[in-house]
Amino acid sequence: MSKKKIRVLVAKPGLDSHDRGAKVVARALRDAGMEVIYTGLRQTPEQIVETVLQEDVDVLGLSILSGAHMTLFPKIIELMEKKGLNDVLVFAGGIIPEEDILPLKKLGVKEIFGPGTPTDTVVNFVKEHVEKSR
Amino acid sequence: MTFKEPKKLNELTEQQELWEKNTVPNWLKRHPERKKAFHNISEIPIKRLYTPMDTKTLNYIQDLGFPGEYPFTRGVHATMYRGRLWTMRQFSGFGTAEQTNKRFKYLLQEGETGLSIAFDYPTIMGYDSDHPMSIGEVGRCGVAISSLKDFEILFDGIPLDKVTTSMTINGPASMLLAMYVAIGDKQGVHHTRLGGTTQNDLLKEFFAQKLCIFPPRPSVRLVTDIVEYCAKNLPKWNPISISGYHIREAGSNAVQELAFTLYDGIAYVEAALERGLKVDDFAPRLSFFFASHNDLFEEIAKFRAARRLWAKLMKDRFHAQKPRSMWMRMHVQTSGCTLTASQPINNIIRVTLQSLAAILGGTQSLHTNSHDEALCLPSEEAVRIALRIQQIIAHESGVPNTVDLVGGSYYVESLTNKMEEKATDYIDKIDNMGGVYEAIDRGFFQKEIANSAYKYQREIDTKKRVLVGVNDYVIEEHECPIELLRIDPKVEKQQITRLQKLRRERNNDKAKQVLSKLHDAADRDNNLMPMIIEAVKAYATLGEITDVLRKVYGEYKELIVV
Repeated sequence: MSKKKIRVLVAKPGLDSHDRGAKVVARALRDAGMEVIYTGLRQTPEQIVETVLQEDVDVLGLSILSGAHMTLFPKIIELMEKKGLNDVLVFAGGIIPEEDILPLKKLGVKEIFGPGTPTDTVVNFVKEHVEKSR
Repeated sequence: MTFKEPKKLNELTEQQELWEKNTVPNWLKRHPERKKAFHNISEIPIKRLYTPMDTKTLNYIQDLGFPGEYPFTRGVHATMYRGRLWTMRQFSGFGTAEQTNKRFKYLLQEGETGLSIAFDYPTIMGYDSDHPMSIGEVGRCGVAISSLKDFEILFDGIPLDKVTTSMTINGPASMLLAMYVAIGDKQGVHHTRLGGTTQNDLLKEFFAQKLCIFPPRPSVRLVTDIVEYCAKNLPKWNPISISGYHIREAGSNAVQELAFTLYDGIAYVEAALERGLKVDDFAPRLSFFFASHNDLFEEIAKFRAARRLWAKLMKDRFHAQKPRSMWMRMHVQTSGCTLTASQPINNIIRVTLQSLAAILGGTQSLHTNSHDEALCLPSEEAVRIALRIQQIIAHESGVPNTVDLVGGSYYVESLTNKMEEKATDYIDKIDNMGGVYEAIDRGFFQKEIANSAYKYQREIDTKKRVLVGVNDYVIEEHECPIELLRIDPKVEKQQITRLQKLRRERNNDKAKQVLSKLHDAADRDNNLMPMIIEAVKAYATLGEITDVLRKVYGEYKELIVV
């Protein structure tokens, strides 16, 4: 039986436009054989969660460098819970200070990758976690 | 430096062949080189050795000339830093106008010589602080400015005839310039004495910085309004800072940065000519903004090539007459994307080398990044150290004591030629594509940049490129070794309170009236600047003014290229 491809949504919440990291990660995941959808910039939490639902993805990767993560991430997680999307794996990347990492993880963000993370680390993380839950 | 005498050149060729046949292989047998081939970031092969053979086609007068003279390869001023040092201009802004005003005063007191404002994302996108899209973003990455009221606080106690100010603002550049003019009027500073820069480079927004509000053509119309207004009213203002910085930060290599920036420059000149302006009336005030990345000599060559290529373009393509129309003045910022979150103190060394490249490359002004920027907005201490880098180079290194001290190096001259050649190929390619709008619509720039960004990252991942502290020389770091700046969440509340108070207390009839006048004028040909100045003076907010223009011009929808 052929394995179903992992579907990933890479999303950019917040007003910042630093999409270099999001695009590089999207491409690395795609090169690793996953189906990747990239939202484009400045997505509201509502738009992101709607796309998660419509595209039926296994994984949501959030990239933010504006500093608004403590406002926007909780909103996204809350909306996902409301829609029953609890089984979607959520990870994040960007400029996220150390002290915010624990609260975000408690909230349900599985992993947070800072600047300098090799793309292979992200790819392996996604593979391992999705396979575990399948 | 040119070996014009054939006999001498022949002699050299023979000697070099012998060296390559005998000395080199003998040495290599015992001491192999570290890599099979060496390249810089732009993929230009780097040879083992550069000799006069590599610069034999160079004509000193035509290709290098003298500083302050065409083609300005050696610098735009005759004596460069022997006269005045470059402007030390630190990009800064966070929280409320009060906090940033305090930081400005701190930087001026520490010896900074020009201001540079960082705005928060809502301001950059033309949203007021209480817009739904602004939630969580107010004052985070820059200072929040929703109206002239905020600007008055920002410049409190800072006389505009004593400083020059650079504003990193694009979509709402007209509104922020209008506020600056309004502050000048309040302080009694004549328009002819207002000096500074609005970034106002909208084209690169569509493929690099991506903070676009309006579609490309109306965006360039607003740019041209500012160019025209400044040419007629603000003789000391640089209306545009044609920016390669963001192109580079988005992932391009040095050649792409150079080529795409100059191509944007071409498009702005064309737009102003179409408006009926004469090239020599506005070109002298066009300014440029580049990044300084890690490869020292690639960067130096890029700056030198940029000046020469722009001079040629202005002379040959646009038939400028005044030498000042052909000179390229530039601001440089060290490269944010080279900063690492691990071992952050190492970034001070990176920034030092990048600054050296900018100064050896002949920049007019420089921002040095703070070492904590891969983690947060810079703390006061980090900003001070960053400024000290410039001061140490300026006063201790001896580098500014002569002009273009790397000029004449076989390597630098050869690399300068190569950068120019490769950038020219790109310019021809975009010309053939039909110009900048066509290239944007096709996603040409976006694809080029995304490819380079991915390639660079893969080189790091596979260790083809060593990043100290990231993929090699890694140490276990348990805690962040430096103190970070935090933005108080109260900032957003304070800012919204002030904004709502303003909306209650201003003359609302007057505000409504100027906004409706602006609406009527927006799709006609007249220059919008005077009306926008009137609107900000009536305390119409940034969001209100932008909304009027959104209604007329529509909003840009991102072309997604991964």
